[in-house]
Amino acid sequence: MTAVARARPGQWSRVSGALWRRPWSRATLLLTPPLAWFLVVYVAALAVMLITAFWTVNPFTGNLERVWNLQNFSQILTNAGYLRIILTTVYMAAGVTLVDAVIALPFAYYMARVAAPRTRTFLFVCVLLPLWASYLAKVYAWLVMFTHDGVLNWGLARFGLGPQNMIYTNPAVFVVFCYIWLPYMIIPVYAAIERIPSSLIEASQDLGGRTARTAWSVIAPLALPGIVAGSIFTFSLTLGDYVTPTLIGGGNSDLIGTVIASNVGVANDLPLAAAMAMVPIAIMACYLLAARALGAFREI
Amino acid sequence: MESTGLRITLRAWAVLVLILLFGPILVIIAYAFDPSVIQSWPIRGFTWHWFIVAWHDQAVRQAFLLSVRVGLLAAGIAMALGSAVAYGLHNFKFFGRESISFLLVLPIALPGVITGIALNNMFGFLNITLSALTIVIGHTTFCIVIVYNNLIARLRRTPRSLTEASMDLGARGWQTQLYVMLPQIATALVSGALLAFALSFDEVIVTIFTAGANTTLPIWIFGQLNRGQQLPEVNAVVTIVILLTIIPVLIAAKIAGTGGVVRTARATAEGTAASR
Repeated sequence: MTAVARARPGQWSRVSGALWRRPWSRATLLLTPPLAWFLVVYVAALAVMLITAFWTVNPFTGNLERVWNLQNFSQILTNAGYLRIILTTVYMAAGVTLVDAVIALPFAYYMARVAAPRTRTFLFVCVLLPLWASYLAKVYAWLVMFTHDGVLNWGLARFGLGPQNMIYTNPAVFVVFCYIWLPYMIIPVYAAIERIPSSLIEASQDLGGRTARTAWSVIAPLALPGIVAGSIFTFSLTLGDYVTPTLIGGGNSDLIGTVIASNVGVANDLPLAAAMAMVPIAIMACYLLAARALGAFREI
Repeated sequence: MESTGLRITLRAWAVLVLILLFGPILVIIAYAFDPSVIQSWPIRGFTWHWFIVAWHDQAVRQAFLLSVRVGLLAAGIAMALGSAVAYGLHNFKFFGRESISFLLVLPIALPGVITGIALNNMFGFLNITLSALTIVIGHTTFCIVIVYNNLIARLRRTPRSLTEASMDLGARGWQTQLYVMLPQIATALVSGALLAFALSFDEVIVTIFTAGANTTLPIWIFGQLNRGQQLPEVNAVVTIVILLTIIPVLIAAKIAGTGGVVRTARATAEGTAASR
């Protein structure tokens, strides 16, 4: 506090005073650099990508032809192969979301309402660490576990089950997605359950609701905003991932992400990749609008 | 209260989930110490050999240094821009405020591949050669939201009366910021920067599209995995990467612990989950 008392009106103070008298100048000063960054780098990039989606690549010369047309979109929407890939990806994203929600709900409930405060802190850190631990490391760990001589076949052999070919299949990709995005589901579900007033659960029990009834009619609806918040990540991250399908699925797993990535890299057809990138954006936009219509964002 | 049976079931479920969460990570760490060149379970011994190999590998060393440089730069720029936007949005109400916070989350809410090809496409469009700088630009874009989320959560919990008291006692605007607000938000700022570094250090999806010929550590790992080469060395490198991504999180959770660890961990986690 001595520093405050000793302060003399100098240049600093005059600037500070001038800024204090004009709030809009402070707001402009603070918000211009980050917003400029976002507009110049990110929004501009998205806009250029949107425009590129309406151009084509000359199949003979490989040059970008800046002529407006809908060829990329009609190719994606009429080609049975692309449609199948889109459907597979959406099914996978939905399945991952469902499985993660089922795993996360009891865990989050235990964390929020049963565990002692000390255990809760411990569990929280236990969810945070795998969430932040290197993404590639986690995918690689499963790659190693799924291989012929890996942990899973070793475990199966203990039960007298022969070695299975698990690696380079879509089910393997599914399992890895479920694993990697699980912490993203647990945390919002936990936050939602923690906010449920105990009185509601007690009231349900007083009125004769058994465990299953209370879980289904009281806890599930109140945890729904958390599930929806978590599902935004599990769904969106699955829709666009290409590293997991590349490493775990080998060449056998075609998802939206791998199609986009291979069109940027190998095929060098940026317009088609850009058009394909609009698919997850469109799906996510519909998803977010539906979630909002269902009132999922009211509490969060 | 839950019945005893239910509590036991829930506890068992929690233990199973913990095994699921940590099992794969522990397996890969175990492999890093396996003397065998062929990867099979169970491991056959214990050796530091592969860590020494990785230490002497020039390619790994350079990739590591590039990742650290990119991470520091991206976290630094993100700290400046992210805290500015958090302050701006917290202190001023204006039209379009909601859209700005929505815009900030977009690079993370949308799949990384989209950010990646959008940037790749634009750099190509503008004839900008891909370099370490383009990686930093890509990383900063999604790191801003981490810093922003951490800081805005703290600002919302800091009572406005503190600022008002400081002003009443005659402090000028900058003095209030420096002597009253900064101590309040310092830990949130540092933990935001740490998390931003961890995110950048580990990022591979956006990086591949913005790196050009440059190799960060995750790109090196991805390349080796794709080719199936030098896997024992990869195990050691991956173990180090796991530690380097986990340690900043532990520190961040520790230093941000003013109101009890759970509370802050939750704020951090909600912020980061809402942003990653």
